[in-house]
Amino acid sequence: MAMVEVLERLGFEVEFRAAQTCCAQPAFNSGYHTEARAVARHFLDVFSDAETIVVPSGSCTSMITHHFEELFAGDAKQLERVRTIAPRVYEFSRFLVDVAEAGDLGARFPHKVTYHDSCHALRDLQLKAPPRALLSKVKDLELIEMETAEECCGFGGTFSVKFAGISGAMARTKMDSIVKTGASYVVSLDSSCLMQLRGALSRAGHKIETIHLAEVLASRD
Amino acid sequence: MSAPEPAIRKTLADANLQLAIYNNTGRFKENRRKAVAPEKLPEYQKLRSQAAAVKRHTLDFLDVYLMQLEAAVTANGGKIVWASTGQEAADFILNLAKERGHNLIVKSKSMTSEEIHLNERLIEHELEAVETDLGEYILQLAGQRPFHIVAPAIHLTRDDVADLFTEKLGIERDTVIENQAMTARRVLREKFMAAGIGITGANFLIADSGAVVIVENEGNARLTHSAPKIHIAIAGIEKLIPRMRDLGVFLDLLGRSASGQPLTSYTSIVSGPRREGELDGPEEFYVVLLDSGRTKVLADSQKRESLQCIRCGACLNTCPVYRKIGGHNYPWVYSGPIGKIITPQFQGREKDPWLPFASSLCGACAEVCPVKIDIPGILLQLRREHSESPQGSEERTMFRRWAWLMRRPRIYSFAAKIGLGFLGRKPNSWLKRVPWPANRGPLVAWLAERDFPAPPPKSFRDLWKERRR
Ligand code: SF4
Repeated sequence: MAMVEVLERLGFEVEFRAAQTCCAQPAFNSGYHTEARAVARHFLDVFSDAETIVVPSGSCTSMITHHFEELFAGDAKQLERVRTIAPRVYEFSRFLVDVAEAGDLGARFPHKVTYHDSCHALRDLQLKAPPRALLSKVKDLELIEMETAEECCGFGGTFSVKFAGISGAMARTKMDSIVKTGASYVVSLDSSCLMQLRGALSRAGHKIETIHLAEVLASRD
Repeated sequence: MSAPEPAIRKTLADANLQLAIYNNTGRFKENRRKAVAPEKLPEYQKLRSQAAAVKRHTLDFLDVYLMQLEAAVTANGGKIVWASTGQEAADFILNLAKERGHNLIVKSKSMTSEEIHLNERLIEHELEAVETDLGEYILQLAGQRPFHIVAPAIHLTRDDVADLFTEKLGIERDTVIENQAMTARRVLREKFMAAGIGITGANFLIADSGAVVIVENEGNARLTHSAPKIHIAIAGIEKLIPRMRDLGVFLDLLGRSASGQPLTSYTSIVSGPRREGELDGPEEFYVVLLDSGRTKVLADSQKRESLQCIRCGACLNTCPVYRKIGGHNYPWVYSGPIGKIITPQFQGREKDPWLPFASSLCGACAEVCPVKIDIPGILLQLRREHSESPQGSEERTMFRRWAWLMRRPRIYSFAAKIGLGFLGRKPNSWLKRVPWPANRGPLVAWLAERDFPAPPPKSFRDLWKERRR
């Protein structure tokens, strides 16, 4: 809802299509292309006539913009649809910075925060600067960079349960570096990373909260 | 085989080991980062593209370049030995040692020889094969395989080494690293002088000049290939590059990617045995070219790029999974991201089907790979092959149900509501234990390691509906 608020504040008309479900990444990343294709086709059906599609997740965005083509390789008709829809898909912070050219959104968040680069946002979508630029405009917010901002939180979809021990150990390493900053919030573009980090922080008894960038930007006095 | 869970758990629980892995790989990682930073090496990305292009081209025309290599090596007075399996490679070396009557063999670091378990074979036949790289020497004494493809003994501390030397060499316990190195040096010097055969690996093979390139930091490889009467270099066929003039790009990248060094301390370019009038060098020179699964990978156009690897180890140092589980929990001598993609391809996917799945697909490996191997992409390919095989049928059923649900938004949102309802609705409270209806499967695994965040009091769909009213 925070993303909707921010977009509306900027004067965009926001629509939520209730028929939407998933970008198909879980099946794709596990190697089940047939199943992934079925779900991806549903995505294309739902969003085919949308003007712009803003996604509050680096991971889902990357699935659509980076992997849909591979998924439909050999299916000229669907490929054509992917090629017309994918360029209209934006990750939230990318949309704000590049399309909306948003500067100060009038947000105020009087806390120390640290920022976690989610892997797909960082490496597939090259989103190092945009979220930081947006955070720098938030009133009374202090951004403290952690040492391992670019390291994976260990979520990785089914990896987090198939290899729970390794995933948990990765989360704790990340957590240690978050705790070291003294921040009271950790911000990211991906809810899945935040869920992983929140789980680890909570288990270890830390009071640090996790929060999506959109929620920070929607905060006011 | 499924993942070696007890062994992984043991590694994760060993605080000293965790620290050793994390700190040592962290140092390499940081040194690499600095060495290739734009201020230091502005042409880094260009070098990567060039190196990847050269490797890709070589692999596309590998047969041609291999023939060229053979002609050049022969013209220089050396000999190429084709080995389609590790067994063949080892047999050649064994027979040569027997024929020439050499019982002592010195070796410099070579992952290819580790791959074919050469030492074990030699020792079986009562030949003495001595590792001369300090790390490898330590591991040989300890009876372990390399923990890391570049720095084989990074998991051992100076205390571990001190204990080992006392036990195996009968010397007084000494924890000073320099003294330990001197001890090894003393032992190894004698071996160098007495050995009849020196076996090295090869970082690069150069087709146009018939040369073998070996990079190292200790000088032991240099002695290995020059002191004994016979030098045998053993290398996978993918180590080839076309021309001597292509070498520069790779040397610029290899040391930096491995440890942040602009250039390793020693770079040997060996092209043949001692010539008339030369004072030193071996009398005989052999290059053993190993296939052992490589042509199979070569034939697969989608995963062929796996063979571009120059074994710099950067992907290991940056991999958050390797940095937790270390090298010995991987099923083969090649560990880390590169091990994850080549083990199934060289040894068969069925043997360790879990391997490509033990990754969060974070992509850090591809980011640092100097020859731009798309490791996450290849992992996805391997996962796909698994899912399409009979081994994937059970999970397919699950995904089929999931896909069914994902195309039925009404049922999906209803199911989500019920599911979340079970997980408890108290805001700001976290799920720490498994609730009764879900006490199986993924949730248990999740909760073994972390809490499950409480869902928000109202779903987005509900909020959206209220808002539009
Ligand atoms: S895959 Fe790339 S990064 Fe990893 S060892 Fe090989 S060359 Fe180095």
